[in-house]
Order: sequence, then C-alpha cells, then structure tokens
Amino acid sequence: MLSNDISVILPELLLAVYAMAALMVGVYARKQEAISNLILWVTVVVFVIFGFWIGFAPEGTSTAFHEAFINDGFARFAKVTLLWGAAAVLAMSRDYLAKNGLLKFEFPVLVALATVGMMMMVSAGDLMSLYLGLELQSLALYVIAAFRRDSLRSSEAGLKYFVLGSLSSGLLLYGASLVYGFAGTTVFSGIYSVVGQEGLSLGLLFGMVFMLAGLTFKISAVPFHMWTPDVYEGSPTPVTALFATAPKMAAAALIARLLFDSFGEVVGQWQQVLVLLSFLSVFVGALAAIGQTNIKRLMAYSSIGHMGFAMMGLAAGTEQGVQAMLIYMAIYVTMNVGVFAFILNMERDGQAVTDISALSLYSKVAPGRAAALAALMFSLAGIPPLVGFFGKLYVLEAAVDAGLVWLAIAGVLASVIGAYYYLRIVYLMYFGATENTLNGRMPMLHGTLLAASSLAMIVGVVNLFGVETLAGMAAATLLN
Amino acid sequence: MENTVILSITTFLPLFGAAVLMVFLRGNDAVAVRNAKLLALFTTVVTFLVSLVILFKFDPSDTGFQMVEQKEWLGGLTYKLGVDGISVLFVMLTTFIMPIVIGASWKVETRVKEYMILFLMLETLMIGVFVALDLVLFYGFFEAGLIPMFLIIGIWGGKDRIYAAFKFFLYTLLGSLLMLIAMIYMWYVSGTTDIEALMSFDFSSAPISVLGITIAGGVQTLLFLAFFASFAVKLPMWPVHTWLPDAHVQAPTAGSIVLAAILIKMGGYGFLRFSLPMFPVASDLLQNFIFFLSVAAIILTSLIALAQTDMKKLIAYSSVAHMGFVTMGIFAFNQQGLDGAIFQMISHGIVAGALFMVVGVIYDRMHTREIAAFGGLALNMPRYALVFMLFTMANVGLPGLSGFVGEVLTLAAVFKVNTWVAFGATSGVILSAAYALWLYRRVMFGDLIKESLKGLSDMDTREKLLFAPLVFLTVLFGVYPTLVLDITGPSVEALLQHFHSALGVVQTATEAVTH
Repeated sequence: MLSNDISVILPELLLAVYAMAALMVGVYARKQEAISNLILWVTVVVFVIFGFWIGFAPEGTSTAFHEAFINDGFARFAKVTLLWGAAAVLAMSRDYLAKNGLLKFEFPVLVALATVGMMMMVSAGDLMSLYLGLELQSLALYVIAAFRRDSLRSSEAGLKYFVLGSLSSGLLLYGASLVYGFAGTTVFSGIYSVVGQEGLSLGLLFGMVFMLAGLTFKISAVPFHMWTPDVYEGSPTPVTALFATAPKMAAAALIARLLFDSFGEVVGQWQQVLVLLSFLSVFVGALAAIGQTNIKRLMAYSSIGHMGFAMMGLAAGTEQGVQAMLIYMAIYVTMNVGVFAFILNMERDGQAVTDISALSLYSKVAPGRAAALAALMFSLAGIPPLVGFFGKLYVLEAAVDAGLVWLAIAGVLASVIGAYYYLRIVYLMYFGATENTLNGRMPMLHGTLLAASSLAMIVGVVNLFGVETLAGMAAATLLN
Repeated sequence: MENTVILSITTFLPLFGAAVLMVFLRGNDAVAVRNAKLLALFTTVVTFLVSLVILFKFDPSDTGFQMVEQKEWLGGLTYKLGVDGISVLFVMLTTFIMPIVIGASWKVETRVKEYMILFLMLETLMIGVFVALDLVLFYGFFEAGLIPMFLIIGIWGGKDRIYAAFKFFLYTLLGSLLMLIAMIYMWYVSGTTDIEALMSFDFSSAPISVLGITIAGGVQTLLFLAFFASFAVKLPMWPVHTWLPDAHVQAPTAGSIVLAAILIKMGGYGFLRFSLPMFPVASDLLQNFIFFLSVAAIILTSLIALAQTDMKKLIAYSSVAHMGFVTMGIFAFNQQGLDGAIFQMISHGIVAGALFMVVGVIYDRMHTREIAAFGGLALNMPRYALVFMLFTMANVGLPGLSGFVGEVLTLAAVFKVNTWVAFGATSGVILSAAYALWLYRRVMFGDLIKESLKGLSDMDTREKLLFAPLVFLTVLFGVYPTLVLDITGPSVEALLQHFHSALGVVQTATEAVTH
C-alpha cells in the first residue's frame, strides 16, 4: 500500500526533496552568488519538467493515504498551470534580484517549497492535508514577501501578510474543527456522504462558512482583500508577480475542491456566499483601481476584480462553471506573467519605477513593447477578440446558465468600469504628454515572455490552445 | 452548399496587409512613410477588387445567406460567415470607402506606420461585422472595432482627443456588454449561436413579471432592450448620441469618414439583422417608442445643428438626424421603409463621408474648422465649391441625388403607419435644408475679405481623384436607385414575411387565449 501511496504523491515528494537538497547545497557552497544563480535556474527547469511530467501523466484518478491526497484531472490541470506560472515568474525574477542584491539561494528554495504547498492544496482530499498544503505555501510566501529585509515597506508587507494570513488560517482551522466535529470525519468524501444523508446541519454550515472565509483571504476576494494592495506594493516586484499568479490558481482550485467534493450536495447553501463574494470583488476591484497611480497597487485591484470573475464561475455551481473558472484562471495567469515581465523592467535611468505616469508616451520609446502591453491591457479588460474576452465569456455563460443573470449583468457593468483603468495605461503609453518616460532596456527573456504572453492573447482566439477541452475534462473529474 | 472562402479572404486581407506592414516595414524615414501609405492603399484597393467578386457572385433572387462558410470554433461556437441582400451592400460600402479613407490620410505625418496598421485592422473588423453569422463572432468584430478607433482618435485626434476617445470607448462598451448578456441568454435558451437558426427561433413573448412590474412581451422585450442599448448607442439615436459629435470633432479626417460612413451603420444593420427577425413581438410593441426617439432625433438634432460653430460638429449632428430616418424606416415594418432605411444608410455613408472629406480639404489648408473663420471661398476655389454644393444638396435630399431616395422612401413608408410621425419627420427635412444651406452660405459665399483665405488653392489632383468616385455614386444612386433596391428587395421581403407571420402567430395565439 505504501509504495502505491508514494507513487501517487511522487511529484510533490520529489519536489520537496529537491528543495531540501538545494537548501543544503546553498548553505554549504562557497561561491554564494554563483550557486544562487545556479539553484534559481535549476529550480526553473525542475518546475517546467514537473509541469510536463504531470501534464502528460496517464489520465484517471488515484488517491493516496486514505484519500487524503487526490491526484485527478482537476488537480493536474491546476498543477501544470501553477508550476509553469511559478517557473515563468522565477525566471523573470533573476535580473531584478541580482540588481537589488537579493539574489540569495533561499529565494528559489522558498518558492519551491511554496509550490509544493500549492500542489498539495490542489490535491487535498482531507481537511488535514488541506491545512498542511495551505500552511506550507503561506509560510514560504510570508518570508519572501519580506525578502528585502533592509526595506521598511517590504518588511511591513511581510508582517502584514503574516498577521492577516495567520488570522485567516485561524478562521479556517476553526471552521475545519467545526466541520470535523459535526461530520465526524476529516475526509472530503466522508463529509460529502454525511451532508448527503443528513443535510447541512447548523454546525456544518458554520464550519463551511468559516473555512470559506479563510480560503477567500488567500485569493483576495472582497471582503477579505484588505491586505492585497499593501502587500503587492511593498513586496519586491518578483514576489508580487508570484502572488498574482500561482497561489491564486492554487487557492481558487482548493475552494472548488472543498465546495464540490465535500459540500457538492448543498450547492444552494454556498452559492449565495460565492455570489456575494463575486459581486463585491468585481465592483471593488473595478472602482478602487481607478484612483491608483502605482502599477503594483493597480494590479492588486485588478487581481481582486479577476478573482471576482473566477468566483462567478464557481458560483454557478455546475461543471460548466468549474470549467469556466479553470479557463479563466489559466488565461489570467498567462496575462499576469506577461504584465509582470513588463513591470519588472520599468526603469528610468537605472532606477526602478512603479508609477504609471512613467509610461507616458512609452510607445515612442519602445513601440513593440508598448503594443504588447496594450494588447495585454485590452485582454485584461476583456475586449474581444483577445483571449481575456473568452475567459469572461465562459464565466458569464456559466452564470447565465445557472440562472444568475443579474450577477452576470453586474459583472458586465463592473467590467465597463474596469475597462477605464486598463485603458488609462494604453492612453498614457500612446497619447501621454510628458517626456519623462521609462528608458530601461528589457532583457531577452522578459521580452520573450511579454511577447509570448501577448501573442497568446491574440492567437489564442483560434482555439485557445486546447485549454478549453483540458479544462472541461478537469472539471468533469472534479464533479464525478 | 458551394464551397467558397471568398468572404474570409475579403475579411482578413486587410489584416494580412497590416501584419505585413507591422513585420516588414522598418524605419521612420520618408521612404518608409511613403511605402507604408502605398502598401495600405494597395491593400485596400485589392480588398475592394476582391470584394467585387462577392458582388458578382451574389444572386439577389436568393433570399437566404450566400457564400456561406462554416467551421467549428471554441466552446460550441461556430465560425460562420455569409451575406444576404441586407449585408452585402454594407460589405461593398466598407471596401469601397477604405481606399478613399487611406487616400484622405495622405497628409498624415506622425506615426504613419501605426496609423495605417490601425486603419487596416479596422477594415477587417468592419467587414467582419457585416459577414459574421455567429452571435459571438459578430460580437467579437463589433466590439473589437473599438480598439483601433480608440487609438485613432486618441493619437491623431484634435485638442480634446483624450476625453473624446474615452467617451467613445466607454459609451459604446457599456451598450454592447448588455448585448453580450442578452446573447449569452439567447445561447442558453436556444442552444445555438447560429444567427441563421436564431432568426427562426421563437423567443417567448409571454408577459413576465420582474420585481412586481409586468413586462409585456416578456423575455423578447428584455432581449430587445439589451440589443437596443448597443445599437442605439452605436447608430446613434437621440438621446444617447452625445458621444458622436465629440468623437467626430476630435477624430482625424479619415477617422471621421470611417465613423460616419461605416461604424455608425452597424447599429442600423444590427436592428435589421437581430431586432426585427429575432424579437418581432417586442419590436412591434416598442414601435411607437422608436418612432418618438426617431422624430425627436430628426427635429432636435437638426435644431442643434443650426447652432453649431464647428463644421464637423454640424455634420455630426446632421448624421444623427439622418439616422433618425433610418430607425423610423426600419420600424415602419414595410417594404418601402426597410428598403428606404438601407438605402439611406448606404447613401449617407457616401455623402457624410464625402462631407467630412470636404471639411478635411479646408482643414488641411487652414487648420481650423470654425465656420466663422471662412467666407467667400467660392471665389478662389470654384471646383471645391461645386463638390461642396453637390454633397450639401445630397445631404439635404435634393431629388436626383442619392439622399433623396432614402428620405422619400422612409417618409412614404411611415406615412402609411403613422401620419403624425411622418409630419414631424418631414419638418425635419426643412430644418436640414436650413442648416446645410446656411453652412454653405457662410463658408463659400460672401466677399473674400479674410486675408488668410486669399492664398488658398483649389483642390489638387489627389483630392479630385478622391471625390470622383463619391460624386459618381451619389449621382448614380440618385437617378437610378434600382441598383441598390434590386439587391436589397428580395431579402427585405423575406425578412418582412417572416416578421409578419411571427407576429400573426402570436396574435392568433393571444386571441385564442382571451376568447
């Protein structure tokens, strides 16, 4: 049995072992600079290879450790997305880290550990493995948020994230204990059958809501979003890029897993909660972003809005909704990789700039990069024919089919408001006035990622690169 | 079904030209700029020639969709293109206008390459709107057109271009997103996004109650209103027309031509393609509402036009008034009305496009559009005066020019339905003569007293060449409108037949219930 269990969790296990080994090498190596560099690149390669490994694994569902760990199509889809997202972000961070004296071997190791946590989260089939994965991820992320120790803002961001994150973990644990107490089991499938037979007792309902509150903190959905702008702004930019991509995918997948695998029988009970989260997130994301002048804060609010749309898919409570959510998240991660590849290189005379007014007339300085960023902005705003529109289309379709027409209308109104601030970036780049614009160069790798991401947004119109079918299969495994 | 890809070729040829420009054209020197212009002109001309094949292959007696292409796309959507008597002329109008638009931009000097790329992209998107036969495909083309237009107004526009660009974008986006929700709902109810199939799908028209208010026409009314939000803004109808004057005034000449000639026609096309065939009961219910808005548009915007001091703004308001005739004709629900509305749109596309070019000619020379800055131009610009006069008259609706046919058909059509509406609209015609002729008088006649105007030269060869095809078509359609009406007639007839039978079925059903 044990060998069977091990074989199911082999990728996570190997990645954890790799992280430990890299840590040891880092600690005992002499040339810190060179070895950190090496570890970073090896980690990137490992992520990519693991992505392929998991992506091309045979289909089918297998569980390990008495269903505490589930490896199914849904988990694999989420893992591939988050591994590749993390790989891209890690690869992009090298230059920034080196320039700011932050290139230490701990960074890739911590990212690797966080990634193990995320993979654990999306495969969790038990309240304990859920918490295990979540905490592994969160602790690693708290540390890298404060990675720039000599910076007040970075430390503040780390501390803020830690305090609020612990609070949310507390809520989650409290909810989990209630669920365990009333269901008598921690296994999702066990909870599912208890709920199916006895309905949702008051204790289970409380437990579920508390757990949801804890988890929505991680995806920064309103009203648990307060930390996002500050942490995004304060953290070193590569860390912000990471926050905006892989952990969001993991947490959204975890929410889907928890709701469908353990409370799938009482969709009506949690649907209202998600509807409210989604409604508030899309509006707060859209309205609060209007006044932002810092691009990292702007992206924070943008991610809040996007999470609102992802939750709209889940709120539908159907297989179609889960599929829409997965497609939306995959597109969202791709777009953010491109945008952050750009943000990481926003420099004027060698100084990093995060003020959006520095984008003024950028299209004259670097027409290619400006066009790529403009395409990404239109895609984020959800304007056809860019792929971002199709993400929204799937979500809205799922919502309408589930009878949530008014929520879809609200989402649409919010996206008109949201279009304003994405357009403002395009406006600055193309019609700006001042000449005090960015003049940094962009390394090959970042340029490639930016170009690839924006091209994907344009070319993806043809068939979305098959993501639709994959997400459909993934959603089907979650619901069966 | 015949196997042809002519529509795809026509649609994507300009985009291909844009890609070639983007990838192969380097540098910013005079040669590169010239090459960019030539390549753009070449692409649009070739597109026009290719589109002529569509016109020749088109069989007016066939009322269905022709040259249909169909392929599977994502998520149950289809990539389906086709034209019928209603859309084919809009395709032709687009491909015909675009070379002229590029020619009118010959004097552009800043960022020429990007400028040409955006216009070529825009052409693809505009043709796409008229040939798309899938809801989401249509929506994609419809909405994507905002991006290049936003940039065109924003980069090459006038002083307040940023305000105009944002207003244009957000106004139209809000309208069309409501349409998107309606489309998703239709998809959900009918299980298809095929426009051809949806045209014969019966959306429920049983009254429903929302928040305690009973809505006659039920789902159809709600869907109709969602589409209406989009098309009314696009067309634009009073009172949601306010983005148009701003956009027109700030846009560069070529942008104004595209806006007036094609972009706003998408709204009218949308009513014909979606509202009438898919929501007949709601259209019927809201007929008087539309009539009211149309007449209000015709009279009020004509009065506003009288008070304008900026030439472009005046023409923009006159466009709104002319679009009032279009909606009035469409909602008369008879052959003359629909034919007249389509004719009015085609004619207005040519005439309003030409008028914006007319303004462009003196704007290029004087860099102002203030009416007060001119006067007496007829003295040293006689040829220009002739062209200006011709299009002013066409705009007013002088018999023998294309503007007359559309107005008279829509007025006759609406007279049969509602004489008061016809009465109101006719008084608008008088007002239009007033503002147009007054504009002409102030700019062209009088003594040439302003020193700065004395050195103005008449039109050069390029300008004459650009106006020639427009003049030709204005006169041709004016004296021989059958050219257009023969093509639109059968399709319009089929549409009306379907419309009235759908209405009849519902009415007998309601009568059966009440008895």
